[in-house]
Amino acid sequence: MNCPNDLRYTNSHEWVRQDGDSVLVGITDFAQDALGDLVFVNLPEVGDEVEVGEVFADVESVKAVSDIYSPVTGVVKEINEELIENPEKINVDPYGAWLIRVEKVTETEDCMTPDQYREFLENQE
Amino acid sequence: MGSYVVSTKEEQQAMLKEVGLESMDQLFSEIPEKVKLNKQWKLPEGISEMEVMNIMEELAGENKVFSHIFRGAGAYAHYIPAIVKSVTSKEEFVTAYTPYQAEVSQGILQSIFEYQTMICELTGMDVSNASVYDGATAAAEAAAMCLQRKKNKILVSRTCHPDVIEVMKTYCYGNGTEFQVVPEKDGHTDLEALKQLLTSDVAGFYVQQPNYYGILEDYETMGRLVHEAKGNYIMGCNPISLAVLKTPGEYGADIAVGEGQPLGMELGFGGPYLGFMAATKEMMRKLPGRIVGETQDKEGERAFVLTLQGREQHIRREKASSNVCSNQALCALTASVYMAAMGKSGMQEAARQCASKAHYLQKSLEEAGLTLKYSQSFFHEFLTETPVAAAQILDALEEKGYLGGLPLGDREILWCATEKNTKQEIDDLVEIVKEVCQTWN
Amino acid sequence: MELIFEKGAKGRGLSILPKNELAPVDFGCHSREKELNLPQMSENELSRHYTQLAKRSRGVNDGFYPLGSCTMKYNPKINESIAGLAGFSKIHPMQSQHTTQGCLKVLKKAEEALCEITGMDGMTFQPAAGAHGEFTGLLLIKAYHLSRGNVGRKKIIVPDSAHGTNPASAVMAGFEVVNIPSTKEGIVDLDALRDAVGEDTAGLMLTNPNTVGIFDKNILEITDIVHEAGGLNYYDGANLNAIMGQVRPGDMGFDVIHLNLHKTFATPHGGGGPGSGPVGCKAFLAEFLPGCQVAGEEELYFEKPKHSVGKVKAFYGNFLVVVKALAYILNLGCDGIAEASQNAVLNANYMAKKLMNLYDIAFEGNWMHEFVMSLEELKKKTGVSAMDIAKGLLDYGIHPPTMYFPLIVHEALMVEPTETESRETLDRAIEVFEKLYDQAQKEPEKLHNAPVSTPVGRPDEVKAARHPILRYSFE
Repeated sequence: MNCPNDLRYTNSHEWVRQDGDSVLVGITDFAQDALGDLVFVNLPEVGDEVEVGEVFADVESVKAVSDIYSPVTGVVKEINEELIENPEKINVDPYGAWLIRVEKVTETEDCMTPDQYREFLENQE
Repeated sequence: MGSYVVSTKEEQQAMLKEVGLESMDQLFSEIPEKVKLNKQWKLPEGISEMEVMNIMEELAGENKVFSHIFRGAGAYAHYIPAIVKSVTSKEEFVTAYTPYQAEVSQGILQSIFEYQTMICELTGMDVSNASVYDGATAAAEAAAMCLQRKKNKILVSRTCHPDVIEVMKTYCYGNGTEFQVVPEKDGHTDLEALKQLLTSDVAGFYVQQPNYYGILEDYETMGRLVHEAKGNYIMGCNPISLAVLKTPGEYGADIAVGEGQPLGMELGFGGPYLGFMAATKEMMRKLPGRIVGETQDKEGERAFVLTLQGREQHIRREKASSNVCSNQALCALTASVYMAAMGKSGMQEAARQCASKAHYLQKSLEEAGLTLKYSQSFFHEFLTETPVAAAQILDALEEKGYLGGLPLGDREILWCATEKNTKQEIDDLVEIVKEVCQTWN
Repeated sequence: MELIFEKGAKGRGLSILPKNELAPVDFGCHSREKELNLPQMSENELSRHYTQLAKRSRGVNDGFYPLGSCTMKYNPKINESIAGLAGFSKIHPMQSQHTTQGCLKVLKKAEEALCEITGMDGMTFQPAAGAHGEFTGLLLIKAYHLSRGNVGRKKIIVPDSAHGTNPASAVMAGFEVVNIPSTKEGIVDLDALRDAVGEDTAGLMLTNPNTVGIFDKNILEITDIVHEAGGLNYYDGANLNAIMGQVRPGDMGFDVIHLNLHKTFATPHGGGGPGSGPVGCKAFLAEFLPGCQVAGEEELYFEKPKHSVGKVKAFYGNFLVVVKALAYILNLGCDGIAEASQNAVLNANYMAKKLMNLYDIAFEGNWMHEFVMSLEELKKKTGVSAMDIAKGLLDYGIHPPTMYFPLIVHEALMVEPTETESRETLDRAIEVFEKLYDQAQKEPEKLHNAPVSTPVGRPDEVKAARHPILRYSFE
């Protein structure tokens, strides 16, 4: 599984990228592969508060809906509008297709390094 | 005793033996002894098909079938073209389940896709679902579509059908939504009151075209007011009237719903009817129930499937915004065949004749001594005040085989005429009314 | 195939209405300006169009339809004839009650019979479908607790094997959902239930036999646990076809129940509806029932229950569906109804026993009217999934079982043969299942590509959902 080195990972398969004074959150290659072809993404609104461990979005495949959990506590600064029309971007480029940009981050989950996440995935199987 | 079990007693015994059992009772061994039914129930013995028919015919005979109907109030007697029944009684349609297996359900799926298209055309909206239970539940489901985190109040005009108001209220009681009725003034929604009630927590406002009294209100202004308050505008419409009246789409409604019964369904003592629901593209993913979409199979052949299923209860479970599963598919098919048989010109003609006949009835009744209660323009229903007790007029009509209008008070009758009523029929009815008024006044 | 909008031609049509003999009405500013696109075609074209669509559809009348949880039994023709009688079909719902005594009698007789079958005391026919019934039944539970001042009873317990409508209905009725796991025998985990109940419990929703076709032998303990905690028990009647004449939900400790007349009582599904989902309840809940109840002895009349929750539908429900169900009940009577359930269970057991050599059956034991196969192992070995086997069945003219439900069984196929199938039909289906198993080992590719004999192959569902086309465009 592809796990870029500059990201941190959660055990519910989200990734986090520090980007200036805000963070980007998306779902991992493993997650998109397990979910299959995504057909829709339900994103929060700009200005919404997100909280560590709480659901902030969900993604739909044809036969299932899966919750996405926030690895940080903060305020949604931006959502990736492109995904609303083209959810398949997540399947094609999971690490480019971020879901939300969070600012005013007050808490961050104790995330895994790429190596730890790789090991975590191996143990899962 | 009647039975639709295929196996004979001998075959049943043989099958039992093959599964290693001796008696039927052994199949039910997990049921606690304490609660097993020991055959002492009060259900009568079974009877033959012929006896069933006799009993049911007798029951049907205890109802009065009116050959002249001048009552609407949510259920309308229209002419149903012969082809409608012929198509909708085809067993492939009648006995099919929900089209989950698309490859063997293309006929039903395509018929729903065509229905969705016709409903969009009729309402002037972007998208339609495959139907819900009836007009009242459609209104309640539409209200639920509007709810947002900070908008948890639904407004409904008092001029709507009382059952619709009641059903919306019950649904709001269910999910804890605040519910308020906007008062009426002279037969239409009190616009001043509406303005006052449109606070920032209002999620949606529902109004009917034509309203319960048959009246056409100022839908443009109401739409503007609701949108200014950042709420959603829901219009409930009579589908026949939409062939000639301005559509919810033209009025800027966010959701259009209605009772589809006039589109080829029998009166049937109140059901099954059809709830149609259409919305703007922006609200597409909030629509409840089934939706059919067009796609292709591997060979590039056009194919239809149930789609956007991520909205629905079987996938989203407790996070689904509606629990709708079975809908009124065969009624939706009925509506499609009706609209296709009538065509554009037939639908318009039916609507025009409804209005013509209702207006002629109104003028004639006025000559007989009844007065129109509200003066606004109406479609095919209108409310009159009567110089004598409403019951006296209605009883006299009933005796002659006429179902008169619906009494709304001691001296108020809500009348309805459709394309089905003839001039002669109206003249005869008015004669009876005239006589009652002269005798008792 | 062409859409109806791609057929016909401008100016064609049927001649349905006479000429208007009266003055036209001008609607002024209320007039429609938007173009109205509806088909313009002759009756012959119209008739053929729908015949073509019918040929591309599949009903119970076309063959075996073992769709689990849906009870696709034969729909007797006499019921359709009766519902078509003018004395039912042409009755206006707002006629005065002395002119609709026959309709009121139908409702009363149906209520009496169904209460007797289920062990309930009162019933409403307002709900139009099973899910609608669930919502209604939960409103009764809500109203009951509130009437006793119990504002804190906000949780509905639902086993993880439940139909998706259960949790969705609970939320619509304002409850929070507490999911509890099943044991490895596929039944309710009593310890989990004991842990879940408390002062916040409003009730439990359960179907018994459950969705894996197992009758929960602990049912009396289960309903006791909930009652002792102050909650009520709701019976999801989707699987009632398994137990009629054997045991009644009312005797098992259930307080509220919904039925699916379009499953258990042989009224047709109509391609997805109309159904009818009457809700029955014990006497102490009857005052909360929605709509009106039929009362009276000689002269019948409608009466609104004292603390009615309101209305869940206009008028009295899907009345003509109730007419059909009543005809069915009269026809079968007490013995026939019990016989129906017996044979529904026998047929399921017969199929299960013959298939279990090849297919894994989830939660082996005493199956009732349906059973669930898990194709997880088959998929691991051969790559052939439950979907592939289901699609393979289509090429043999058999409607597939319910797929991928319940969620607690992986690669699930849920089979419900019903009592109205012959042994030959079952034997043939078993043979087909065996062939497909064989094919999965030898030619898995073929099954991935099935079906090949249907009007279209597997449609691209991803494309449909990503870029929805939901109506025909006239441009």
